[in-house]
Amino acid sequence: MSDNGCGFPAPGLHSFLFKPIATVGGFEFNKVMLLALITTGLVITFFTLAFGKAKVVPGKLQMVGEAGYDFVRRGIVYETLGKKEGEKYVPLMVSLFFFIWIMNIWSVIPLAQFPVSSIIAFPAVLAAIVYVTWVSLTFKRHGFVGFFKNITGYDKSLGPVLPLVMVIEFFSNLLVRPFTHAVRLFANMFAGHLMLVMFTVASWYLLNSWMIPAAGVSFVMTIAMIGFELFVQAVQAYVFVLLACTYIQGALAEHH
Amino acid sequence: MIANLVQLATESEQNPLMPPGPELLVGTIAFAIVFFFFWKKLLPNINKVLEERRAAIEGGIEEADAMKTEAQSVLEQYKAQLAEARHEAARLRQEAQEQGATLIAEMRAEGQRQREEIIAAGHTQIEADRKAAASALRQDVGKLATDLAGKLVGESLEDHARQSRTIDRFLDELEEKAEAAR
Repeated sequence: MSDNGCGFPAPGLHSFLFKPIATVGGFEFNKVMLLALITTGLVITFFTLAFGKAKVVPGKLQMVGEAGYDFVRRGIVYETLGKKEGEKYVPLMVSLFFFIWIMNIWSVIPLAQFPVSSIIAFPAVLAAIVYVTWVSLTFKRHGFVGFFKNITGYDKSLGPVLPLVMVIEFFSNLLVRPFTHAVRLFANMFAGHLMLVMFTVASWYLLNSWMIPAAGVSFVMTIAMIGFELFVQAVQAYVFVLLACTYIQGALAEHH
Repeated sequence: MIANLVQLATESEQNPLMPPGPELLVGTIAFAIVFFFFWKKLLPNINKVLEERRAAIEGGIEEADAMKTEAQSVLEQYKAQLAEARHEAARLRQEAQEQGATLIAEMRAEGQRQREEIIAAGHTQIEADRKAAASALRQDVGKLATDLAGKLVGESLEDHARQSRTIDRFLDELEEKAEAAR
């Protein structure tokens, strides 16, 4: 990667590898795992402070927590699943949203500067949880035959194209969906991190003699990218949860 | 993007789409802790409070509604009472008017009756006086005439006249003539 002659330390896959900071009985504990655990700690600490001693007349922290909670509950879950069906999935969706969001935000936090969700394992785990949830729900709701009708988008009015549609839908829903669900989040954070590293390293690297103006441009781009990434981080957390809700909605839907 | 990643992954030894095992484990644990905290403790906690708040707000609204209903019913009651009172007053006035009219009519009738009585009494009195006067006059005139005639004739005609009642007859004739002339 860095053997292109000019010595520019271009970011690449190696940017996503971390040496273990501790090894416990053959288990290599690295920075990303630490960040993931700190994420858990942060989310729980904040919401314990906000909701631990919740009052009917809320304090400032509780108000902020309620705003976040309400955004996910009303803005995403009730919107897609309705109040009656959705209530059961509120805890899952709320924890998904804040967990993912904080994992993403590490990307722009000094010293951390790495989005946990750009390691595929983390989005994969979350996508797998959502996948298991909606697949088992579909079975429970529609039975074995109903499950396949639901998954394959069975619709007699399609006529001769029906088999083709069924095959496509089957693959799309059952096999591709969890993959895209995880990769959408992963790839956004991965690409975002690459961009940030790119511009940060470049502003440093270009900081000599006549290249200085270019370094300035690169630095401005770094700042701009940080702003953009903050936006993308929130959007990706939102999209992930929205999609999870949509999948569950599909599982609940009566096929016609 | 995905295709590029896959290509990238196949080219190098490090595959960014292959989840490493330890990270999977840590991710699962990290998320599971968050989820259980939210599910078991934090969300029930806040939901209880939100429910209480909703109840408090709705309770306030319900109370206001109840008071409004009560005020409405009291107002209606007052209105009904007022209408009843007006009605009663009108009835009493009507009754008083009727009674007054009857009373006036009665008094008028009484007055009329008394007047007639008085008039009748007066008439009777006058008649009686007239009769008394007439009879007294008749006696006096008879006496005077007899006296006069006696003086003129020179002898008393008293006994004779009383016996023959000539004078009375004469006077009756005079009266009859006067009656006839009227």
